[in-house]
Amino acid sequence: MSAPLLSFRNVHFGYRRSRPILRQASFDLSAGRITAVVGPNGVGKTTLLYLALGWLQAWSGEILLDGRPLSGYGRLERGRRMALVPQSENTPFDYTLFEYVLLGRAPHLPPLSVPSPADQEMAWQVLEKVGLTALAGQPVPQLSSGERQLMLLARAILQTPRLLLLDEPTAHLDLHNKARLLDLLRQLRAEGVTLLMTNHEPDVVLALADDVILMESGQPPQAGPLGQLFTAQNLSRIYRLPVRLVEVEGGKHVLWT
Amino acid sequence: MTHPPAARPLEADRRRRLLLLLLFAALALAAGVSLLAGRYPAPGLLSWQRLAEDDLAARLVFGLRLPRLLTAVLLGMTLGGAGMVFQYLFNNPLVEPGFLGVSQGAAFGAAFVIVLVGGGVLTVQVSAAVFALAGLGFSSLLARRLRYGGWILRLVLAGIAVSALFSAGVGLLKYLADPLRQLPELTFWLLGGLASITWERLLSILPLSLPGLLLLLLFRWRLNLLSLGEATAFSLGAAPGRERWLLILAAVLPTAALISVSGMVSWVGLIVPHIARRLFGAEARFSLPAAMLLGGLFVLLCDDLARLLLAGEIPLGILTALFGALIFLALMILQKPPVRK
Repeated sequence: MSAPLLSFRNVHFGYRRSRPILRQASFDLSAGRITAVVGPNGVGKTTLLYLALGWLQAWSGEILLDGRPLSGYGRLERGRRMALVPQSENTPFDYTLFEYVLLGRAPHLPPLSVPSPADQEMAWQVLEKVGLTALAGQPVPQLSSGERQLMLLARAILQTPRLLLLDEPTAHLDLHNKARLLDLLRQLRAEGVTLLMTNHEPDVVLALADDVILMESGQPPQAGPLGQLFTAQNLSRIYRLPVRLVEVEGGKHVLWT
Repeated sequence: MTHPPAARPLEADRRRRLLLLLLFAALALAAGVSLLAGRYPAPGLLSWQRLAEDDLAARLVFGLRLPRLLTAVLLGMTLGGAGMVFQYLFNNPLVEPGFLGVSQGAAFGAAFVIVLVGGGVLTVQVSAAVFALAGLGFSSLLARRLRYGGWILRLVLAGIAVSALFSAGVGLLKYLADPLRQLPELTFWLLGGLASITWERLLSILPLSLPGLLLLLLFRWRLNLLSLGEATAFSLGAAPGRERWLLILAAVLPTAALISVSGMVSWVGLIVPHIARRLFGAEARFSLPAAMLLGGLFVLLCDDLARLLLAGEIPLGILTALFGALIFLALMILQKPPVRK
């Protein structure tokens, strides 16, 4: 077993003192795996993601990236190791898709420099990988939500992260775009990137995740392999709804009525 | 059409760089012509020969017109550039550098000296600059105390409240002002104008304005990052809180310095950035310098009209508002943005 890439050690957090959201969160993410954070609305899945990013500060406990406390990383160094794909992002300005994706080079550049032709070349290669070159000159406000999601992923890839945090990456996507996104995420895993994503779609979790972190209101999150934790019994309990797991043509699917 | 990899974006950059160069040339040309245009010895352009021979003409051109022209360009660059920066930082195309209580603070500072203290142009200038910065200070302190919404909403609300307080103060001072002596002076200041610019006054605002503008230009690519929202900017390696305040200061200090000598020149900070983005696209690497050049050109031309159109001086603020709004409307109605493909 390789050393964990990201570790939570007894992390406590809440937005208000009187109402803790995360209690005793302890888990390890090993490199090159996809972990899905699963749980009902409002339980703190996105909060956990933003704690991992370092944007929110834990009340107590420790978050380690590559064995080092997250708070000890410089801003640029952190931006090169870890990237965020937010659930949605809006700009009122007419950036082209290419200009937007190019911002992913920021953690690789000194603060007051501008991207060079070499940086632009790299951004173009990422667009090729994600399949967005045809839209490179499109204004961002005119993109569909599926195209936008792929664009945010492209920007994150350009950061060359080892840990990729994704907040509901498949929300608002049609089937075709969903399949495209899942392929890209699998490809990233094959390249050794570690992925931590929140997800509400059980089928996406079943199709993609290696591990899950189950979150339940008032309980410490539980982490473990998909097969062990993503069970009908656990899902029925956390969503308070009878859930069945059925096997169709060799693949597992979640049924609920 | 087939393009080698990455050729398209690079080509767009080249086109925009060329456009910036053209804009710079236009500004230089306009400045040259403006220097020679005036009412001495007769309305029209002064010839080079006359300038070389006539001592009074030379003193007029280099002693009065040149500092005024440079101030006009600097004012336009500051308002256009600062407006652009504010729009990115607040992720909102409808803000301008005067909000956050800066413009109304300056107006109050000027009115205060004109009506209650009494003093020369220099006292008015200092008081306007001090109150402009006080406006920013009050707005940010107030925003910190508000318990409502995100930081953008808090600052906007605080800015509106502080502006309203200062403008109530200006109203009161207008009411108190002596209608024969003080009110005309105050009104003229509030309408804006560069008639009283001298080399000394121009030099007095340079230490506050040039470093700020330079800093904004250095941050031009980073502005894109800061327009994306805090968590995203953070994930890309920025320190959004600190960098935002640095840039707000770098935009407000020159603005305060400039309006302290020019009076209220409205609409430039709102409209010029829109025109710049129409022509250059949103990427601040190009649109920020473009907003500065366009702002400089725009205020320079308006100031030319202010001093040449009639025998008396027309307040600059009236012309910038008039032409700014007209150009803006024309752009909105007529033109499709040319940079997009």
